[in-house]
Amino acid sequence: MPFTDHVVEIDGCRTHYRRAGKGAPLVFLHGASGAPVVLPFMEKLATRFDVLVPDHPGYGQSDEPEWLENIHDVAYFYLDFLGALRLDKAVIVGSSMGGWMAMEMAVRNTSRIASLVLVSPAGIRADGAEPADIFLLSPEDTVRCLFHDPKFAEARLAIPETPESIDLSLKNRHTTARLAWEPRLHDPMLPKWLHRIDVPVSIVWGAQDRILPVGIAHELKRLLPKAELKIYEGCGHLPQVEKMEEFCELVTRFAGR
Amino acid sequence: MQIVLFHLMPYADLDLAAGRKNGTVWVTLPNRNFDPERGHKLYNRYLDELEYGEELGWDVVAVNEHHQTAYGLMPSPIVTASALARRTKRVKIAILGSALPLRTHPLMVAEEHAMIDVISGGRLITGFVRGIGAEYHTFGVNPTFSHDRFHEAHDLIVRAWTEPGPFAFHGHHYNFQYVNLWPRPYQKPHPPIWIPSQGSKETIDWASHPDRRYTYLQTFSPVKVVQRYLKSYRDTCAGYGYQCEDRQLGWAVPVYVGDTDASARAEAKPHFEAFRNVFVRMPLEMLLPPGYTSRESLKNVMKAKAQMFGDVSIEQALELGLFVCGSAETVTKAFEGYWREMRFGNLLVLCQFGTLPADLTRASMERFARSVMPRLKALK
Repeated sequence: MPFTDHVVEIDGCRTHYRRAGKGAPLVFLHGASGAPVVLPFMEKLATRFDVLVPDHPGYGQSDEPEWLENIHDVAYFYLDFLGALRLDKAVIVGSSMGGWMAMEMAVRNTSRIASLVLVSPAGIRADGAEPADIFLLSPEDTVRCLFHDPKFAEARLAIPETPESIDLSLKNRHTTARLAWEPRLHDPMLPKWLHRIDVPVSIVWGAQDRILPVGIAHELKRLLPKAELKIYEGCGHLPQVEKMEEFCELVTRFAGR
Repeated sequence: MQIVLFHLMPYADLDLAAGRKNGTVWVTLPNRNFDPERGHKLYNRYLDELEYGEELGWDVVAVNEHHQTAYGLMPSPIVTASALARRTKRVKIAILGSALPLRTHPLMVAEEHAMIDVISGGRLITGFVRGIGAEYHTFGVNPTFSHDRFHEAHDLIVRAWTEPGPFAFHGHHYNFQYVNLWPRPYQKPHPPIWIPSQGSKETIDWASHPDRRYTYLQTFSPVKVVQRYLKSYRDTCAGYGYQCEDRQLGWAVPVYVGDTDASARAEAKPHFEAFRNVFVRMPLEMLLPPGYTSRESLKNVMKAKAQMFGDVSIEQALELGLFVCGSAETVTKAFEGYWREMRFGNLLVLCQFGTLPADLTRASMERFARSVMPRLKALK
């Protein structure tokens, strides 16, 4: 079943999302580079779930609302998004920046959330595991740092740039800076409240993540002791791409229980 | 015309190969490349050069602010301006400028500038800048709030200088229960405000506004770009319904005066090229972090990337009017010609640039002061 495009206005922000599949609702929250296209893992998950892939406020085809100033604004926005679409017992799968958003939502309110899958999330920091400086890397080096297996990077770099894709990437980059420039890619207050997350959590990481090193995974596991932790060998920052089959199996098993 | 001696205070003893190898001397060049003993000599040499500028007849001496870079050793222009305030007697002192958005406490800028104005008996010219893109990397301040913070800090500082205190200031980025400046500035209503810029429509619209009429300085740009932005400033004033005064315009440019055109070029060449191709250089991502400029401006820079980020020889720089160099006669004629076209009331000359050593700097300053400056000062 193909993904269809939708626009809903929430908190004054016209929000674009794609949706496909039947089953329990699963909201995928994308990372810093957005979700410009439907990827194989989304299609695979849509065979088991009602998958929604929104463009965050300030990203992709969604508006850039004036109120968007920090990650907390995004958390409240997505709680409103779950309410507006009447999603109950939603599985929230968040990658990188999206994983950070998922945690910020869940410390505030889990009444519409069934579980969280945090895929190499930003949001906390760990001693000795400094993130890459995504704002100093060139676009090409950023893509190379995303993957362990260079063939994924080559494939992505082979996609020709268009004026539209350049506009989108500058827009996404702007919003990422707005949300994550300082403190860099984390919220120092978040660890204080992670204990409020009262739904099952699965943490997924690539052992060779060069954007957010795997040391952060162990710190997050320490802060969320009941969470599952799965580390993929031979995998970079995007397990949903580099370990697509295993990742989808994990989500189905974990969220389907 | 008012002539300003502008100094960047670069780390002229830099190992240029190390700077080249690192790709930039900003943000990431390891500070083991800075030798404090050499730094001691350089700071004192540079302050001597600015003090000598007063003796030679400059109207203004100027310093500026940059952080964590060999390009300029003045993370605080307040320190150098304070030293100058006591060692000089007549010359005006310009801070070009304090980088407002980098401050978490902009009241401190109001206080520091007021102190220098009072100590110097009203000789301060204040400058406000946003800091260049690299500074958002070194200071960690979010560049997407840069414009907002600049405007809010500016409003706070001007109010602190002019309104009776104590009063409360409630902004979006800055909040103070008590604004009550001790000391108040010496000049009434406050020191003149200059706005150095690389050129942007937003800055011109703001600086030229009838409520402000701030002096706009176009810094280190090809002369065609200088012409375009100074004209744009004049046009914007006309659009606001008033005529731009010459004093509202300035141009900051590196200058070298030799005995002859040929000797000037030969003497300046390695030092200018070190300045342009090592000290100034930085990658696009460092120069223009997200939100520092509009996305349209960013795209224009991306298109011009090859030209902007490649090496420029002294010959190309002279062709572009990025650098003015030659005998006193050549330099005088060049500036007279530019002045007739643009009518800028302030010329800021950077007499030391890159690795230019003390003896060449002084000799060039002396030739400029003796044979160029009197004719330029007479232009009006």
